[in-house]
Amino acid sequence: MKLYCLSQDPNKSCLVLKYRGTTLMLDCGLDICTILNYLPIPLIPSSRLASLPTWKPKDQVIPQLDGVVRECCNRFFIDGEPEFGTPQDGIIDVSDIDAVLISNYLSMLALPFVTESPGFRGAVYATEPTLQMGRYLCSQYITEVCLLAEIHSCLFSPSCYIPMTRLFMEEIQEYLEGSSKHNDKDGSWKDFVHLLPLPFNQMGFQVHSWKKLYSRGVLNASLAKIQIAGFSQSLDVFGALKVSPVSSGFCLGSCNWLITCSHEKVVYVSGSSTLTTHPRSIDQASLKNADVLILTGLTQTPASNPDAMLGDFCMTVALTVKNGGSVLVPCYPSGVTYDLFECLSSHLETSSLSHIPMYFISPVADSSLAYSNIFAEWLSQSKQSRVYLPEEPFPHAHLVKTGRLKPFRSVEDETLNADFRQPCIMFCGHPSLRFGAAVHFTMLWGSNPANTIVFTEPDFNYLEALAPFQPLALKCVHCPIDTCLSFSQANKLVRDLRPGNLIVPAQYLQPPLLHPQTDFVINAPSSGSVVGFRPLEVVKVQVGKGKDGWEAGELDPRLAKDLKMCQVKPGVQVATITALLDVKDNRYSIRALPQKLGEDQTSSLEAGMNNKPKFYPWGPLDITSLVQKLTQEGIVNAKVEETASGYIVLLQNEDTVIQIEEKRTHIFCEDDARSDLRAKLNRIIMSSLNKF
Amino acid sequence: MPDILVTPLGAGQDVGRSCILLQMGGKNIMLDCGMHMGYSDERKFPDFSYIGEGDLTDFLDCVIVTHFHLDHCGALPYFTEMVGYSGPIYMTHPTKAICPHLLEDMRKLSVDRKGDVNMFTSQMIKDCMKKVTAVNLHQVVQVDPELQIKPYYAGHVLGAAMYLIQVGPLSVVYTGDYNMTPDRHLGAAWIDKCHPDLLITESTYATTIRDSKRCRERDLLKKLHDSIERGGKVLIPVFALGRAQELCILLETYWERMNLQVPIYFAVGLTEKANNYYKMFITWTNEKIRKTFVKRNMFDFKHIHAFDKSYIDNPGPMVVFATPGMLHGGLALQIFRKWAPDENNMVIMPGYCVQGTVGYKILNGAKKVEIDGTVVDVKLTVQYMSFSAHADAKGIMQLIRYCEPKNVMLVHGENEKMDFLRNKIIQEFGIECVKPGNGEMARIQVEVPLEVDISKRLLKRTQAMGELEEGKGTKRSFLLHGALLLTDNKLRVIEADRVYEEVGIPKHEVRSTANVRLSDPRPLANTRESLHQLVQSRVKGERQVVMTDGTISVDSVLVQVDGDEDEKTVLVSWGYQDEALGTYLLREIELMGK
Repeated sequence: MKLYCLSQDPNKSCLVLKYRGTTLMLDCGLDICTILNYLPIPLIPSSRLASLPTWKPKDQVIPQLDGVVRECCNRFFIDGEPEFGTPQDGIIDVSDIDAVLISNYLSMLALPFVTESPGFRGAVYATEPTLQMGRYLCSQYITEVCLLAEIHSCLFSPSCYIPMTRLFMEEIQEYLEGSSKHNDKDGSWKDFVHLLPLPFNQMGFQVHSWKKLYSRGVLNASLAKIQIAGFSQSLDVFGALKVSPVSSGFCLGSCNWLITCSHEKVVYVSGSSTLTTHPRSIDQASLKNADVLILTGLTQTPASNPDAMLGDFCMTVALTVKNGGSVLVPCYPSGVTYDLFECLSSHLETSSLSHIPMYFISPVADSSLAYSNIFAEWLSQSKQSRVYLPEEPFPHAHLVKTGRLKPFRSVEDETLNADFRQPCIMFCGHPSLRFGAAVHFTMLWGSNPANTIVFTEPDFNYLEALAPFQPLALKCVHCPIDTCLSFSQANKLVRDLRPGNLIVPAQYLQPPLLHPQTDFVINAPSSGSVVGFRPLEVVKVQVGKGKDGWEAGELDPRLAKDLKMCQVKPGVQVATITALLDVKDNRYSIRALPQKLGEDQTSSLEAGMNNKPKFYPWGPLDITSLVQKLTQEGIVNAKVEETASGYIVLLQNEDTVIQIEEKRTHIFCEDDARSDLRAKLNRIIMSSLNKF
Repeated sequence: MPDILVTPLGAGQDVGRSCILLQMGGKNIMLDCGMHMGYSDERKFPDFSYIGEGDLTDFLDCVIVTHFHLDHCGALPYFTEMVGYSGPIYMTHPTKAICPHLLEDMRKLSVDRKGDVNMFTSQMIKDCMKKVTAVNLHQVVQVDPELQIKPYYAGHVLGAAMYLIQVGPLSVVYTGDYNMTPDRHLGAAWIDKCHPDLLITESTYATTIRDSKRCRERDLLKKLHDSIERGGKVLIPVFALGRAQELCILLETYWERMNLQVPIYFAVGLTEKANNYYKMFITWTNEKIRKTFVKRNMFDFKHIHAFDKSYIDNPGPMVVFATPGMLHGGLALQIFRKWAPDENNMVIMPGYCVQGTVGYKILNGAKKVEIDGTVVDVKLTVQYMSFSAHADAKGIMQLIRYCEPKNVMLVHGENEKMDFLRNKIIQEFGIECVKPGNGEMARIQVEVPLEVDISKRLLKRTQAMGELEEGKGTKRSFLLHGALLLTDNKLRVIEADRVYEEVGIPKHEVRSTANVRLSDPRPLANTRESLHQLVQSRVKGERQVVMTDGTISVDSVLVQVDGDEDEKTVLVSWGYQDEALGTYLLREIELMGK
């Protein structure tokens, strides 16, 4: 198998696996960190941002770079609609992709860039040669219809992804649509990126893979192609492979993928968590004994313990509001945010601070809270059991009912204005601080040192996120809560799973740049070797026994009945078999040769020259039995001579010599018109030998 | 040939008390564990003694319950707690959530009102439910290494599922109750082309081809409206969950559209809880409800109010939903008793009624029924609406078309109606269709292919030899030659010459060599070249003809020529495995010499 890496960031992974004649895309992550290079988009035009000095190249006049970059506190930002890092194109022909397997809703945000690119649809037709499909279909029309049907069964993901992805993407779309008119650029500045100040001049060609977000229509078209799969459901990819999602414990419906065929097993583990939070716990048993384990999406903050961070978060919030300040929590609309609501509300209760209002502002706040309560099947055991009562699985349903948590669509919501009071705790998007209500509140509360901003999402560097807002007076606290596997958890997992080969992003094989002296590395498994892959590179790994392995097939029971099994050893039976092998959709079945074919083969000599032996001989030849049989068959004057290595049987009348050794028998005929004799001798010799 | 054995313990040529014993590949599986609502004696539960005596855990590998209706799950606590079974039980999440409530309602009803003694307790229901494993749609559950089950969406009621059950190469689909047309709150049943050896399908509406859904709804609403215009009272006996919610949605929208003021009451103990279940299991409802639930939850009703017993004697028109659905007890029967003698009133029976219930009697035209020892005149209009979401004949045929089974078995229907459907299935699909009665074992013979591992090298070699013209469509056929190996009960096919090494037996090579005299006046090299061309032209496919040191060889066949311009000798030699090619070439060379 070959594995291609199309993304820069192992937490926004996009891999392509070529295996057994099929091409599987594993996740389709969108690199959102690119937006940190842009200026924030405020809800109302900001005079401060507008007055930031623009940067101009020295000694040159390049109109394409006019007003592209602005400076704030010695850092540079692009002033324009933010763009996102998409999977690298040009490495894989999208038309080759047979199936896309998605692990969780955070890893599929680039999906529309792939499925809606013109190649994807028409392209699957081009996989015909690889998959040997349609070659025998009678008309092109049918071929196209069949293949079209195939495409629609090609994207698999658990049912809760679709609403969850909608939440994530629609939120960003709302932000971008709802934000004040911004200075749009045509992207021609990218051709001159080498002239820009740091960090842009270091980015090179990378900026060309940055793209503007897709439209709602494109998103819907892409999501419409997704076929829903349940945990442990086995899905067939052209008969060559079976793929099956199993719970990964990271977020609602998150999964790892088993990619199997009859005797081989490849496991793709991405975004997994062994902690107990709200999602259903990880299914480790299914991942065991893989020939190849692809492991990615480990924690982005290896030095922080998520439990301790959650504690710090609650303490910080409580301390700030106690002192009269307000707290801003830039967050995603779902995921760990649900756990924050749960823990913080109970912490405030015990700290007698339950009168402090908690606001949740997101264009999709209502949907997020509503959806989280209907996915009982995807939740942890304890949350699930609440549904049987029947009570909402998450406490935030109760918090909303009792007015402790107040969801609003946007800052402009009139009911928010009427209700708003400080100090308060404000959960809002976007955690990058580039758009959404978080931009508004960072600017509004930034000058007051009593306030605090707490960063919990690990996806963004918080200092970079804050950079365009500097100077700020409010307190900044970093409590990253990343529930993904830590390095020690991952190493333990690998030890338990005992994979044959382990494939990881190459950066996991040495300590991270920020923590050079640590053991934040993945070790080779005792059961096999480890291979690292780098962005935009390919690695080749053998799965199982490779060419020496086996394929599963079916044997027609009627044929089996007709075969004469010979016992060659106790418990070992063998029969020579000449039969028809049918191959359809990569499935093999063996049935008896049709009568017609058998006749053809024997009737004409030419057709018969490919005839196969009915038996194969083994073991030593019994000389006494041979001589006896020769006599019985009317070959009388056989003379037997003993030699150093066996016997020689001379058939003087026939001008023929049979040389017999322990492991071989050789018939020499001098005369050239003895084909009947040869056949007879052959038969006699075979009957004096063991055979199967 | 392995057999699949199926014995209905209930629901064989009958509706009610669904319980089917399935035996295949050494596994015993119980499909549903229902009770018969029409009886209060021992006939209400299936006859579990058929399976064995005492604790049945050792006799059964698992129990599958398809949905929360009592005729499918009503005997479960009796079975686990009183008969004795502690093995695995599978249900979907909504079924697991809702079925204990219905069991408890039924328990109360039969103990309090009928004085039933052989009935389980509340605690037993709780203990029983603890043994249940909840499953998700399409999730493949490995019950044990050989047995796996997979649920599919069945419509019918919230959480209803059909199950695909597989043991090795054998597979059975059991539908439970299902519905092939989407209704107001549920979607239509769906299954993929899984080609089961046997499809066990319900056949409640085996002979009915219902008119369109919309017409039925219009019809119901018109009759209802007429009755309340006349000042009549309308009773709709329902079960707490399922049809009730669909009818509520229907009436709610109609009331809103027509701006009606006549009160609608919902006298169902579980009302709020029931609706809560629907809110939280909204993923199991149909597309439309799922899409709009964030803005407006379909199960928050404006026009429908809670009922109080004192309202029974209120003057004026009203519509009342009351449990239970078959008028076999409870509040529905109480109300019926009061309202039955007034011809202005109306009772709408929105579902099937089992034999022995008051519902069954009045649907069959009874003008007098006995309730708790007193005879009641039935003067009110009795209206039957086939609202119960079962597949009709068309739907059943469609399901067969979906999953393409090799055999069909009909259960959960009336005997005569089954005959009609059975003939139709045999005619249309040309497959066997059986309909065993209760306690009658049906034996389905199945031809299963043997599982075999084929060596990749052999497959590659076989396919490289080129295709035979046997294939059809996308199927391609090749001539396979090798050896079948049986060790440790496992079958493998490998190259014949690898057997010796694989099994550890000594090879014995048998070789034939013959000399042919050839009179060819050309130089030796020319003769050799002619022979080479001859061999080359006769050998096809992957076989490589090589010439080294004047020897022409292909596989084990060797051809050597020696001599001078006057006379040459050709030596032809071949191993036993190439007997056919060797003798053929020898003959050709002999012909060359003549």
